[in-house]
Amino acid sequence: MKIVLENLTKIFPSRNKKSGEEVVAVNNFCFEIPDGKLIGLLGPSGCGKSTTLYMISGLQKPTSGKIFFGEDDVTELSTEKRGIGLVFQNYALYPHMTVLQNILFPLQNLTGADKLSKEQMLDRAREAARLVQIEELLDRKPSELSGGQQQRVAIARALVKMPRVLLLDEPLSNLDARLRLQTREEIRRIQKETGITTVFVTHDQEEAMSISDMIVVMKLGVVQQIGKPQEVYDDPANLFVANFLGTPPINVFSGRVEGGKLFIGDDCVLTVGGLEDQEVTVGIRPEGFILDENGPLTCHLNNVEVMGRDVSVVSTHPASLKPSVRSIIDADDRSGLKGETVRYSVKPHKLFVFHKETEQRLAFEVK
Amino acid sequence: MVNSKDHWKAWLYLSPAIVLLLIFTVWPIINTVRMSLLEGYSGLKAASGASFEFGLGNFVKVIKYRKFLTCLQNTVLLCLWTVPISTILALLIAVALNSIKFLQKALQTVFFLPYVTNSIAIGMVFAAMFNIVGSFYGTENEIVVTAGIINNIIEFFGGSRVNWINYGSTYTANMVVMIVYIVWNALPFKILILLGGLQAINKQYYEAARVDSTPRWRVFTRITVPLVSPMLAYVIITGFIGGFKEYTSIVGIFGETMGPPNDGGRLNTMVGFIYDSLSNNSQGRASAAALILFGIILVVTLINLWVSKKRVHY
Repeated sequence: MKIVLENLTKIFPSRNKKSGEEVVAVNNFCFEIPDGKLIGLLGPSGCGKSTTLYMISGLQKPTSGKIFFGEDDVTELSTEKRGIGLVFQNYALYPHMTVLQNILFPLQNLTGADKLSKEQMLDRAREAARLVQIEELLDRKPSELSGGQQQRVAIARALVKMPRVLLLDEPLSNLDARLRLQTREEIRRIQKETGITTVFVTHDQEEAMSISDMIVVMKLGVVQQIGKPQEVYDDPANLFVANFLGTPPINVFSGRVEGGKLFIGDDCVLTVGGLEDQEVTVGIRPEGFILDENGPLTCHLNNVEVMGRDVSVVSTHPASLKPSVRSIIDADDRSGLKGETVRYSVKPHKLFVFHKETEQRLAFEVK
Repeated sequence: MVNSKDHWKAWLYLSPAIVLLLIFTVWPIINTVRMSLLEGYSGLKAASGASFEFGLGNFVKVIKYRKFLTCLQNTVLLCLWTVPISTILALLIAVALNSIKFLQKALQTVFFLPYVTNSIAIGMVFAAMFNIVGSFYGTENEIVVTAGIINNIIEFFGGSRVNWINYGSTYTANMVVMIVYIVWNALPFKILILLGGLQAINKQYYEAARVDSTPRWRVFTRITVPLVSPMLAYVIITGFIGGFKEYTSIVGIFGETMGPPNDGGRLNTMVGFIYDSLSNNSQGRASAAALILFGIILVVTLINLWVSKKRVHY
């Protein structure tokens, strides 16, 4: 089931009637979510990603725009009739029911032609439990489960009625780091096994990148970029997207283009084509630096963090727009790190140039 | 852990409360037990130097007393009628209040008014409402001139007036009035508690139920009721305890005769019995009755707790 969002907009009226300032939570969102894919809605808090999810679920009504499930216009359809599965951020498991009763609950609501016999319901519930691997927990109450187990129960409850669309609101935010890693792979596995079109919301770029087929990066209600995770990472549309994706985050410098040369401060890092002379903002991914005794970019070395396979070099540069410049280099090369300065040359495909005011990406040729 | 040297300080700070409790709670309890076990104990006789035998005579006398059985029957009947009715009504009203935004605060105040109104005053108003004649203490020969508002309403809809509380009224009619009055009086507290419980329920459970296309009645029975069940249990237990102590409501409507003029004492309750025994200077009998009442409330509460342990979720 593909999901089509057409000019989807949500405006919340202002709390203070006098000031009359409306909040545009989602602004003109257009996107066709392909059938059977896992989509990550990504952005900082307040970017409208959860609002988008809740509009797809029907719990919130869009101010304008349309939502289609397949060919059906569901914009005016109430949540009850959309046939979606939704996993809430805090799971919202009914605390007074056992795990089995929780999973059975959606099935017991089915009426008419979909009505199931008791045995059928139990079979379906067991199957869902097997899928998320909680078969041995069926008689427990939610309060007797760990966070990760509760999360699985919530997914089982959402899946048991075989929804057309599965929606997950920050599914991993309540889990500890180790469990998060494990659970996100689980979600990926379950999604692949069931083939249900799945949309999930997260503010954690790593989470979104690691399991999504496609990610949607949002900021203040406006979609910034849509694409496969690696493509968005390698080819960010603007400074915000470049900044938001990647750990450690991208290094940002103020720079300028002068006669076909790109300067960061006084250091000429690249010879470029296709750019007019102007002030620009330059982003370089941490892995885009090469230790080079004769390299153009000269930084003041602060310290070296050993992370095993790699080392993270923390330095400062006068033109840097962030407090420090962080680069990741192979641990074998660290013998080159001596003295007070460190010099780099730059991998051109890891360097992005942005317009100083609009912060949009500027394309250039490497010469 | 408090240093043992400082224990005297703790006792010092506790002493005002302890002294008051000893004088006004602990000693009366002990004394009640003592008096109940002295056969035929009376304060007057005791003051004149009489001595009493030790035994269970007071209890036997109380239980065999016909008046006591009437009181017990009235009390139990009132409890069994009013607690379920008021609890269900309160739950429905609380759910309704919780689901509206407009006028919620205003209606909340309206429903809460009985709680802050004197119950004797309310009783007198109810008596006027259910009255069939202009005067409160009717007699056989009194001319019926005006009817209370309830009878006016009944007549407006084509019914015939009912003698609710006046001379010659039936026991059933009396009980109906009492039940209506007690239920109405008990509602505000229950609504308040249940509304608090409802508002504490996480809205996400309802959103989850919507996502799962749960019909309304099922949301109510499978989600709302279980999630307010701790409040329900509390309201029911305190309702029974309050019900067994019913007294002022009867006085409010029927006055100290505790019944219609032709049959005083017909609607008397356990507390009324204790009160009457005291005014007859039969402290022994009153103490025994008080202990019996205590025993009944204890048993009922234990049953309630036992049931709620099985029924109340988390």
